[in-house]
Amino acid sequence: MNPRLAVWLVNGLLAALAASTLFPLLWMLSASLMAPGASTSLPTPILPPSPTLANYRTLFGGTGMGRYLINSLLIATLATAVSVTFNLTAGYAFAKLRFRGRDALFRVLLGALVIPGQVAMLPLFLMLKPLGLINTYGGAIVPAMASVFGIFLVRQFARGIPDELLEAARVDGAGELRVFATVVVPLLKPIVATLAVFSFLGSWNDFMWPLIVLTDDSLHTLPVALAGLSREHVQDNELMMAGSVVTVLPVLLLFLALQRQYMEGLLAGSVKG
Amino acid sequence: MTKHGAAAWILAGPALLVIAVFFALPVVAGLALSLTDFDIYALADPSTLRFVGLRNYLHLLQTPLFWQALGNTLYFVVVGVPVSIGLSLAAALLLESRFARWQPFFRTSLFAPVVTTAVAVAVIWRYLLHTRYGLVNQGLAAIGLAPVDWLGDPHWSMPAIIAFAAWKNFGYNMIILLAALQAVPRELYEAARMDGAGALRRFADVTVPMLVPTLVLVGILTVSGYFQLFAEPYVMTQGGPLRSTFSMLYLMYEEGFRWWNLGNASAVAFLLFIVIFCASWVMLRFDRDAPGRR
Repeated sequence: MNPRLAVWLVNGLLAALAASTLFPLLWMLSASLMAPGASTSLPTPILPPSPTLANYRTLFGGTGMGRYLINSLLIATLATAVSVTFNLTAGYAFAKLRFRGRDALFRVLLGALVIPGQVAMLPLFLMLKPLGLINTYGGAIVPAMASVFGIFLVRQFARGIPDELLEAARVDGAGELRVFATVVVPLLKPIVATLAVFSFLGSWNDFMWPLIVLTDDSLHTLPVALAGLSREHVQDNELMMAGSVVTVLPVLLLFLALQRQYMEGLLAGSVKG
Repeated sequence: MTKHGAAAWILAGPALLVIAVFFALPVVAGLALSLTDFDIYALADPSTLRFVGLRNYLHLLQTPLFWQALGNTLYFVVVGVPVSIGLSLAAALLLESRFARWQPFFRTSLFAPVVTTAVAVAVIWRYLLHTRYGLVNQGLAAIGLAPVDWLGDPHWSMPAIIAFAAWKNFGYNMIILLAALQAVPRELYEAARMDGAGALRRFADVTVPMLVPTLVLVGILTVSGYFQLFAEPYVMTQGGPLRSTFSMLYLMYEEGFRWWNLGNASAVAFLLFIVIFCASWVMLRFDRDAPGRR
């Protein structure tokens, strides 16, 4: 094929694909700035005829979106802090420390990956009920507090730490926990960023578990609140677009900021797995 | 093997405890639950609970709604997974082409939908697919096609949800396939070129065989993920119209948390697990029997 034609063809197709992925997101932003009712006129406007922040004012004033934003932020931050800590310590232990049954246990963990999380949801709900964890932030983060994927990711990374480094610290008289805190944690920093961004995005975007465990309206996360609002306000297109912007923008920005770490985690979790 | 025993258990303990208590235990409890008649009365007074053996399973297998949910979910998986992975592969090949420019920009743009919140982008697509005001139908009108009632016509609702899911998810596998393409040794292409193979031949004889293991892996992960269809129909169609997008997990959710038939709902969850397990097993067998893997 003529190389010039090939350049046009390949880049034209890529541009068409990129337009199809970006257009809905850009239209969401544009429609969120339209006056109520403006997006349901023919032909449907692409850009707001007279941009306004009215929808955002209604959203935060009338529908309590501020409350849902805080719920989402708190739950995702809490889940991230706990799961990064637990996965980091466990991943290191499986990579570098010797203990009875280590390899067999790790194989069981990997095997458990075939079980879909929803199988555990109904009994978990019944277990959390007598513990008073239904309708609490604690209940919302419970299934996310540790993950086989996270442990696996840290284990892969921690295996690259030279044993001599750990031995040197041990010879200097440091106990195992001290070695972990002073020598290992600084070396694991790159994987912490990867773990954190995966965990935060996962928790923020999660829908089914918060829908089940947070039945009290004031505790809803953004996705649960948005799903509910979009059923009540079917006609309020622009308002729902503003709600979608508030839900999507934080994670999109976080991804753009930590893109490299996110992609590394994605590849480590699937290709090497 | 017990050199660092105590320290190791202190470090690994919290994560293992969480997984044991909040995952392993509920999975076992779920199996037990599926063998009982746990319902809204048992929720108030556990003493009314009875062991019913496989009755929930037998009951489900005789319920038309269960077969409809299974059929819809299979439709979504059997059509949706090839469409998604085909799109991922096409995008990866385009990005990896030596003619491609602005690679980082295109890669990030194509990946963006993956990190967005499913509920929020489903809300957007619900409006884009609106029969009268949606831009999709206006685009169709521009090229002279009649409007389609995407989410209101039982024949179009599932295709619409498949298109949405493919749009949302193809970037994930695209990144994995891109890495696999980049890992194909250059010499193989050179050797094929020396033998006089054209671009299509090189693709069929070098690229495809080298990609098969990754495609199987990506296939298993995607099949397992697509069987867990829930948020999309919940937001876009509420399982309708005429239950045409009612999925297995939707059935589990409604049985469990709307009607509080937790015994029955657990049986749905385990049947879904069995289906996913069998599908993964078949695909693994396919990989093992594939040429070049013996």
